[in-house]
Amino acid sequence: MRAYFDHAATSPMNPEVLAAYSSELQRVGNPSSLHAEGQAARMRMETAREDLARTIGAATPSEVVFTSGGTEADNLAVKGLWWARNADRSRPRLLVSTIEHSAVTDTAEWLQTQGAEVVWVPVDADGRLDLAAFGAALREDPERTALASVMSANNEIGTLQPIPEIVALAHSVGVPVHTDAVQALGQVPLDFAALGVDAMSLSAHKIGGPVGTGALVISRDLTPVPVLHGGGQERKIRSGTLDVAGAVAFARAAELACADLPEKAAVRAALRDRLIAGIESSVPDAVLSGPRGAGRLPGNVHFVFPGCEGDALLFGLDVAGFATSVGSACSAGVARPSHVLIACGRDEDTARSVQRFSLGPTTTAADVDALLAALPGIVDRARSAGMVSSTPAWMNGDT
Amino acid sequence: MKILAAMSGGVDSAVAAARAVDAGHEVVGVHLALSRMPGTLRTGSRGCCTIEDSRDAHRVAGLLGIPFYVWDFSERFKEDVVDDFIAEYSQGRTPNPCMRCNERIKFAALLDRALALGFDAVATGHYAEIRHDPAGSPELHRGVDMNKDQSYVLGVLTAEQLAHCYFPIGASASKADVRAEAEHRGFPVANKPDSYDICFIPDGDTKAWLADKIPMRPGLIKDTDGQVLGEHEGAMTYTIGQRKGLRIERPAVDGRPRYVVDVDARDNTVTVGPRRALSVDTLEGIRTSWCGAPPSDVGHDEAEAIDCEVQIRAHADPVPARMWLGEHIAEAPASEYSVPRARPAGRLMHVAVQEPLSGVAPGQTMVIYRGTRVLGQATIDRASSRTAA
Repeated sequence: MRAYFDHAATSPMNPEVLAAYSSELQRVGNPSSLHAEGQAARMRMETAREDLARTIGAATPSEVVFTSGGTEADNLAVKGLWWARNADRSRPRLLVSTIEHSAVTDTAEWLQTQGAEVVWVPVDADGRLDLAAFGAALREDPERTALASVMSANNEIGTLQPIPEIVALAHSVGVPVHTDAVQALGQVPLDFAALGVDAMSLSAHKIGGPVGTGALVISRDLTPVPVLHGGGQERKIRSGTLDVAGAVAFARAAELACADLPEKAAVRAALRDRLIAGIESSVPDAVLSGPRGAGRLPGNVHFVFPGCEGDALLFGLDVAGFATSVGSACSAGVARPSHVLIACGRDEDTARSVQRFSLGPTTTAADVDALLAALPGIVDRARSAGMVSSTPAWMNGDT
Repeated sequence: MKILAAMSGGVDSAVAAARAVDAGHEVVGVHLALSRMPGTLRTGSRGCCTIEDSRDAHRVAGLLGIPFYVWDFSERFKEDVVDDFIAEYSQGRTPNPCMRCNERIKFAALLDRALALGFDAVATGHYAEIRHDPAGSPELHRGVDMNKDQSYVLGVLTAEQLAHCYFPIGASASKADVRAEAEHRGFPVANKPDSYDICFIPDGDTKAWLADKIPMRPGLIKDTDGQVLGEHEGAMTYTIGQRKGLRIERPAVDGRPRYVVDVDARDNTVTVGPRRALSVDTLEGIRTSWCGAPPSDVGHDEAEAIDCEVQIRAHADPVPARMWLGEHIAEAPASEYSVPRARPAGRLMHVAVQEPLSGVAPGQTMVIYRGTRVLGQATIDRASSRTAA
């Protein structure tokens, strides 16, 4: 019996989405072809675009640019808008929060090698953007600022950002805003037009859609320089044969995930709070990361377990049947001290001693209770294994 | 038993893990990440800490149907192996980092963590055998294939460690057999080249790597009579027994090759001499440890010495010797010794070899054997010649 607590990594495909996806995969037709099959495919593609646009509150379907996922959408927004707005080298500045996903932070770091002046905007101990620092960074040189990028919800610790305030500050000095909303979609209401952001990254597989599909929703006032050049699809912003099945499945998944969202989010938040309260009572020195209540994703629980290596805890949970996460891992599969926790002011040992439990549509109260029953013993055992940086007892012995 | 199979991504540890599974154990594969920045160690396919190696290990674990994790020991590895390697060289010693890794990482930090997490033993792909004496104490023996035997680098293990070690391929007839078995099992690593070099020195150029880490001071190259023969760029990159790269213009009086016979880090002097000046017949070791139960018959002076064989390098031949124990020293002041380093507390080990040895450098490990059994080891601190050849 396994319980899946890693919905923030990827969430199981909704059976209705799977049915739509697989039936679409059986059809032939490139939407760019001129014949009947192509025209039919184009029709289904544009219907999917309209459906997704409606679900996420885009002003017009043409604001939706389909991509291969969240990472590509982030790259397209950050690189593409920086390239476009700094084409004459007049706006090299790029404002980025310190707790972005690596699809944004690594992109920003790479842009530094291309001449970008990246301003890292700090967050408070709960991971919420320091609005005073953000405002000051904006006002320092708004004319030379290409873009501000702040995620809607943090993937590790679940902190929701005050996006409307961020947009108001940036727009007051004429700076466009991109938000990575990959974790927010399907968990909190997202309305592109109402939020006022200029670009928003989305991914399908976090909400029950297929891996390999995402979108950048982008205002018609902005034209990013493409990352992918080729056949000129997606208004020349994103070349590559259109993925009709992916778009149809994504649109369907978004519609299902966002239907009755307040009610579903309330149910999930109640499970979340049950898990938080249970951990706090059974492991008294565990420290919740990020805020409580409405400022937090309904599906995110993230704790620091002092004196436990995160990967030892993950191992114990995994063999006991619980799929969890330590947050970030490098390409070799090594758990890394979380840059998000470091940005929230924690030290490196603390940033290694973490565990994320992310809840989703399939999570039940029984899953939560089973986890709560198993966790204290697993924490004790991981704690007895100690931190890797400490010295094993027998090495201090005499020969 | 619950077995943690340490999987480097190579063929030996892959087959070891497979045999542990076949033996009916509950096996979990773990790859050790030993570098914080794998990219810096990725050049070529040397060493044991590349992303490719981690993926190879993961693939084999998948084929075996066992869980697999990558554990980060990079911080420990840097402190206990890499920094130690640099410190030893900067004091004119020649350390063996693989032994240090076995002593401090694989069979210490990793084993400790494995036991704490509920495992009974750590399995590795070393060619060595564990047997048990009549009283049930574990003994370490040479692997069956003498060409691949790795008991030397395991000589640092203690009885407590041996009790939780498992070497499933130690009884293999040859490496070829292990490769054939990997091939038969369909492992993609069956034909992966062996790793020979030091894993954290990607291009194998130890001298250049050290020159980057240790401040180099030019100094003098002298002969055994104290006559100056030339200059060097830094004494630490020379090793006793070294013949090449000495940069001496004047040939020796006897016209024969000259070798490094001493490296004095304190004076920053390299001494060269004829091959016979390299000959030593008595060795004194520090950091003595016993691999299993200590030999009961060994005494505390030469008259009570036991007969044994000593091996001073991983692939050197063992030579007949007599071994006895010296005093139990506390931390000694640095100035007493030829290298500016305090001797760690512990029992001194004395070894007298029957035939002189050549090219013995302080910092090397001497492993004591009796037949195929490893008795123990010590780190060579001094080597001298009683016969003054």
